[in-house]
Amino acid sequence: MYEKTAEHFSLKQKKLPEGHLLVNLGPSHPSTHGILQNVIQLDGERVVDAESVIGYVHRSFEKLGERYTYNQFLVCTDRMNYVSTPLNNIGWILAVEKMLQIEVPDKVTYVRMIVSELSRVMDHIICNGILGVDLGAFSGMLHLFHHRENIYQVLEKLTGARLTTTFCRVGGLEKDIYPEFEKDVKTIIKGLRPAIEEFQSLLINNRIFMDRTEGIGGISAENAISYGYSGPNLRAAGVPWDTRKDDPYMFYDKVDFDIPVGEDGSVLHRTLVRMEEMRQSLRIVEQLINGLPTGPHHADIPHIYLPDKSKVYKNMEELIYHFKLIMHGIKVPKGEYYMATEAANGELGFYIVSEGEKSPWRVHVRRPCFWFYQSFPELVKGSLLADTVATMSSMNVIAGELDC
Amino acid sequence: MKETIQSFLKDKFSYFISKEEEILTNLPTFFLKPEGIVPVLSTLKTAPGIELNYLNDLTAIDWLGKKTPRFEVCYLLRSGNKSSTRVQFRVALEEGEEVPSIINIFKGANWPEREVYDLFGIRFTGHPRMDRLIMPDNFQGHPLRKDYPLEGFGQDYLVEDLLTIHLKEDMEA
Repeated sequence: MYEKTAEHFSLKQKKLPEGHLLVNLGPSHPSTHGILQNVIQLDGERVVDAESVIGYVHRSFEKLGERYTYNQFLVCTDRMNYVSTPLNNIGWILAVEKMLQIEVPDKVTYVRMIVSELSRVMDHIICNGILGVDLGAFSGMLHLFHHRENIYQVLEKLTGARLTTTFCRVGGLEKDIYPEFEKDVKTIIKGLRPAIEEFQSLLINNRIFMDRTEGIGGISAENAISYGYSGPNLRAAGVPWDTRKDDPYMFYDKVDFDIPVGEDGSVLHRTLVRMEEMRQSLRIVEQLINGLPTGPHHADIPHIYLPDKSKVYKNMEELIYHFKLIMHGIKVPKGEYYMATEAANGELGFYIVSEGEKSPWRVHVRRPCFWFYQSFPELVKGSLLADTVATMSSMNVIAGELDC
Repeated sequence: MKETIQSFLKDKFSYFISKEEEILTNLPTFFLKPEGIVPVLSTLKTAPGIELNYLNDLTAIDWLGKKTPRFEVCYLLRSGNKSSTRVQFRVALEEGEEVPSIINIFKGANWPEREVYDLFGIRFTGHPRMDRLIMPDNFQGHPLRKDYPLEGFGQDYLVEDLLTIHLKEDMEA
């Protein structure tokens, strides 16, 4: 019915000089397969101009947010960054909780932090692994995928789902942690640490990998800030900004961790920053899992968090709360809130405008990919065709985050 | 931070302040006139002690039936690594009015401005390429407007109506 026409590409309307070639790049990366298009203008092997067109997976999340209740929209946030779903859930839930001004038990925050740091590791494994695959180093990804599978298994035991976890609820967690949770997480940390070292040495001791990444696709710190970069891509350019440190949420001000910083923002530095971030995430998880408190998995607020089923069958009050929550949802007081969290790719912001009804008046998601990916044409201009592949996969483009 | 910017705006750009309205929010918010957005943001980007040099977010709100003028374009800025000091600037617009593009101040404003045009129909003057970004070129209307029918043009019923239509069909059958 609707399609992206040639008018979408300013490059396709341009009259090309003699000998220049217009090429659709890819699919070279999981993100470029049909849902993201890069058109580049080539002079021999040199890239003269580039253009990316997004919008192929647009699902109107912001419009859905205006229709759904606050807990229903949680399901949509899962689909934004589908490599590390719990991070998106937690960002949304924190924003709603801040608007409602409710406190959750310590245990809830601990589990949320553990899950989000494990998701960050998962996301970085994918990014660095796929970068290796794009450059012809397949085995590195396979080494770490085993450990990623272990994390997925913990998530599956914890939430019942692997990909779209929908783990949090306003006021707590969907369900309590399972008895062997602590043991499982400790096993993951034990296995991952040597695997990360092995993976890194596999890449940086490889002459081909170094030649193809060192100084390629770099961006200056000033330029990166102007483009609205955030997360590992910004830190690789030498800017030590991290929402977890600058504007701490949850208990990030109480745990010890460092922010790795690169120098020239090149493909190599992005990879190394992500490697170090995985280690720092494991460090955070280790501190948290050793001090995991006991207690309930949700706050005692029956008008916001679904009451216990056994009580619903016996007490009138709880039955009413249950009915009201299911039928009418949570009523969030009138006001506006911007909640920024540090997702795997950078600053993930949820901007909510509430008019005091069951669904928000306006929801906006500030997704990190959308901001840094617009610099792609500038990054690849003047480089070789083969370098565009490395540049693109080191930026960690998640198409679900580009257009929501 | 809020007081500093407030006094700065009153001293130098009082003619660009459109109104002062208290809203319940965690962001200090300033309302500007459309023509004021470029001079104010470019001055605050380098003003000593303020240095709002990072464009954090750019979006719009459709207040159909709630407020006049109908649209508000929201600019979220922050200063350096002090991400706790986020400041919001707002420009209120009636339908058809345009707001100057800030692409010369922040390169990152390119796609967000196109996205706002695509989904709300607010045009930014001075933008090098004011085209649709996310929706296809032959798409009708601007989907994030409050009066955009949920099922698209031509089928202007709501999801609830759809449910009852099918229920009735089932009951009759």
